Amino acid sequence: MGMFDNFFSRSPNKSTAAVAKERLQIIVTHERGGRHRSPDYLPALKKELLEVVRKYVHVDQSQIKVHLDRDGDCEVLELNITLPDEEQRMGVS
Amino acid sequence: MATVIVVTSGKGGVGKTTTSASFATGLAQRGYRTVVIDFDVGLRNLDLIMGCERRVVYDFINVINNEANLNQALIRDKRVENLYILPASQTRDKEALTKDGVERVLNELRQNFEYVVCDSPAGIERGALMALYFADEALVVTNPEVSSVRDSDRILGILASRSRRAEQGDIPVKEHLVLARYAPERAHRGDMLSVDDVLEILGISLLGVIPESPAVLQSSNAGVPVILEDDSDAGSAYGDLVDRFLGKSLPHRFVTVQKKGLLQRLFGGS
Ligand SMILES: Nc1ncnc2c1ncn2[C@@H]1O[C@H](COP(=O)(O)OP(=O)(O)O)[C@@H](O)[C@H]1O
Ligand SMILES: [Mg+2]
Repeated sequence: MGMFDNFFSRSPNKSTAAVAKERLQIIVTHERGGRHRSPDYLPALKKELLEVVRKYVHVDQSQIKVHLDRDGDCEVLELNITLPDEEQRMGVS
Repeated sequence: MATVIVVTSGKGGVGKTTTSASFATGLAQRGYRTVVIDFDVGLRNLDLIMGCERRVVYDFINVINNEANLNQALIRDKRVENLYILPASQTRDKEALTKDGVERVLNELRQNFEYVVCDSPAGIERGALMALYFADEALVVTNPEVSSVRDSDRILGILASRSRRAEQGDIPVKEHLVLARYAPERAHRGDMLSVDDVLEILGISLLGVIPESPAVLQSSNAGVPVILEDDSDAGSAYGDLVDRFLGKSLPHRFVTVQKKGLLQRLFGGS
């Protein structure tokens, strides 16, 4: 029996139900994160950031990505700006 | 004013129709005027489980399209007083379920009934969304199994964001967990998620645990909602569930392993 028990568990003594519960807790937490409405200030923040960046480099609206992520209790604001090629950048200032 | 209750789950085959049939029957048995609606357009089977498939003339879509009125479409149950069935259409596509149409029919039913039970189709598409949109309360039917629990969690998210109550900022839809097809021995052995595991993950209140039971198939063979087989385990579990819904506080049965007597061990429990 012991061999079969281990066969279906990730570690000895851990039942398949315990594995299922652990996997569910992880996936459900993750999927609930995506369900939260992003904060109302996000679009405005994005617009203002874009204005600041544009003072220095010419970037298109589509080249800036603002993404809010939750990792447990911790929220991470991720800002991604794709700068244009060297030649295009020269043309600006 | 009636209460509209959706029986939903996300995943198919978990026991929504079985639960809808027994829940509605139980409410009617206890004296409440109750109607149960099949929202599974194209794949109707509530009529079979209720044993009234040969009496279907008009259906829910006919009423929505004004091809029949409610009195023509509603089927009165022959066994239980106060119980009516509104069958789904077998032919139409789901597009026929319009929000306005569903709302009109529900409003009319609210005038004449105390409980309106909506048997949702599986999935999270139109039929399922329409079944839950107007709900005041929800029975979320879940099996102790990973994909069912995950789908139930998604449905809870939809109830909290895309129901009419959510959209209008009303009091949220009241959510109840129905854990169906539960096998206490398997949970005890660690082969199946336990009641507590599922409760911990979903975080909603438990209305009832329905054991995995041969009585469900037997009663569906006969077209009798299993709650009417009140000497069966699943039937009495549904009976308790209805009583709890109506406010009684009853202990949950069928959640722990029963020590079987010799006779039961030889012949199997019923
Ligand atoms: N408690 C139960 N024990 C055993 N079989 C069940 C139980 N509940 C449902 N079933 C069976 O599972 C299948 C799917 O049930 P159904 O109520 O039609 O699910 P759904 O409406 O969610 O698709 C049916 O064959 C039914 O007999
Ligand atoms: Mg069904």
